[in-house]
Amino acid sequence: MSAASDVWVIVEHAGGRPRKITYELLGLATTLAGPMKVHAVVAGGGAAAMAGDLAAHGAHVVHAAESPLLEPYTTDAHAQVVGALLADAAPGLVLMGSTAAGRDLAPRLAARLDAGIVTDCASVAVEDERVVATRPVMTRKAIARVAFGDGIRIAVVLPNIYPPAPAETGRSVEVQTVPVNLDPGSIRTRVVEISALKRETVPLTEADIIVSGGRGLKGPENFALLDKLAGVLGAAVGSSRPPVDSGWVPHDYEIGQTGKTVNPQLYIACGISGAPQHLAGMSGSRCIVAINKDPQAPIFGIATYGVVGDVFEILPLLTEEVRKLKGSSSDGGASRRLVPDGGDGGRPAAG
Amino acid sequence: MNIVVCVKRVPDTEVPIRIRGDGRGVEESGLNFVLNFYDEHGVEEALRTKERLGGSVTLVTAGPARAVEALRTGLAMGADAAIHIQDPALASLDHIGTARVLAAAIKAVPCDLVLCGKLSTDDNAAIVGPAVAEFLGLPQATAITKLELGDGKATAHREVEGAVEVLEVKLPAVITVERGINEPRYPSLPGIMRAKRTAITTRTLADLGISAPPPARVELLGLTPPPKRQAGRRLEGEPAAVVHDLVRALHEEAKLL
Repeated sequence: MSAASDVWVIVEHAGGRPRKITYELLGLATTLAGPMKVHAVVAGGGAAAMAGDLAAHGAHVVHAAESPLLEPYTTDAHAQVVGALLADAAPGLVLMGSTAAGRDLAPRLAARLDAGIVTDCASVAVEDERVVATRPVMTRKAIARVAFGDGIRIAVVLPNIYPPAPAETGRSVEVQTVPVNLDPGSIRTRVVEISALKRETVPLTEADIIVSGGRGLKGPENFALLDKLAGVLGAAVGSSRPPVDSGWVPHDYEIGQTGKTVNPQLYIACGISGAPQHLAGMSGSRCIVAINKDPQAPIFGIATYGVVGDVFEILPLLTEEVRKLKGSSSDGGASRRLVPDGGDGGRPAAG
Repeated sequence: MNIVVCVKRVPDTEVPIRIRGDGRGVEESGLNFVLNFYDEHGVEEALRTKERLGGSVTLVTAGPARAVEALRTGLAMGADAAIHIQDPALASLDHIGTARVLAAAIKAVPCDLVLCGKLSTDDNAAIVGPAVAEFLGLPQATAITKLELGDGKATAHREVEGAVEVLEVKLPAVITVERGINEPRYPSLPGIMRAKRTAITTRTLADLGISAPPPARVELLGLTPPPKRQAGRRLEGEPAAVVHDLVRALHEEAKLL
């Protein structure tokens, strides 16, 4: 990338507010743009109302596209509106989040715009006038360095890697209204229903703390121990593959090669041996705690703290100890319970 | 219902890899290659649909001679026909270029549905499916965990952050499939025998009307092993003491609590 290029961020939002990934992208964009401008593209969701917040986190220009047809997200509507805007501006670098919507839209835009695209970026940097990204490949057995060529470049960045941009009030912002001329007939998908996963108040991919269970939990009923610990930590609950294959927890719990890739600050692996297929999804975590009774379990090879012990003994003690710690600090800590008391977390009944 | 499934031959993910001396790829000797995990789900979904509604299942892949193995596996599972795009120019393509080539081949097959795995387990890019949809001018639904086909439309379930979204998609469409959509069958012995006898259509870029390969917009500079994580501290002993130490470490050292 020539030294002088504006950086564009495609904003992801929910409930009229930018999602966490957007702040992370704005932070990265601010670093990469240097003296140049950071643009934020908001399609739908009361776009103009978010301008102040986006400005506080680094956006100089907000492109606001408002239309009832832009909500909820559909590929066709967003590809048309965002695609036309990017085709017109031809920015040197566009940052998108590696989220359900980002992964859906980014390749479509790249194909439409004849742009370069790199997905699942763990880093994006300018080196010798080139934009270079790194990304895990081969189920995280290798890290690829990929350079963009000329033209529009789309980097789809993994969540939870870059810190969110800090907020600074009092920044000015230029809001540009994006004309939207969508033909309803051109939108060929319709969102019939969005049903929240009742257990997930923090999506796994965005969670700062994840408590995860494996075969060592021995049965679906014992995931309640994880729910309790997650409750006091404000954490999300995940699993390795065996509990999913055994039907103890739904597919959306799974972390690993055939499930989700997560990068939390803290990952607590309970009764997980650490098969390569699981490590592929979580070895990017900042701090890993492993609780396993087998001292030879491979998970200990990557754990920051390895607790050799019985999960059924350790988990209740750990929950209590964290509760005590949180109780002694100012906030109650237990305010972000994932599963309401008596809730089953969406799991099939035990037995 | 006529269905096209895009497939790819990839290294078995269970096997360790060795990065080539030049860093531009992995040593293929000693590696076991398989049909991409998510493509298996795509083939299975196509076969189940065909069993219910009739029609045909055509596989398509782009790659060197050995890429044919993915087609043979899909044929052995029960697919009817297979197209192998084979051309020296394929080696220079990026994912968008590959999608352009696949779309050109699919255009020649009248079909109601195109299925792809949500990603391939070697590159992990998840680019080809939506890009094929764009080049074919078709709607898309990505990472689908449940698919129901109706009259001129499909209902598709996909997991988004913290929710499940149910989409209605007009057909023809490109659908990329997630694990969980089905349990792929194993190829049967008669299936394997039939697959060996099935003629595979080969196509060059020129056959597909592509005179010059689309230029790559990204370039792989190299592969490196992931940073080694060091094992940290072991905490052993009486459970209550261990837990106390752990919480103190997370609070004071790691500053995470």
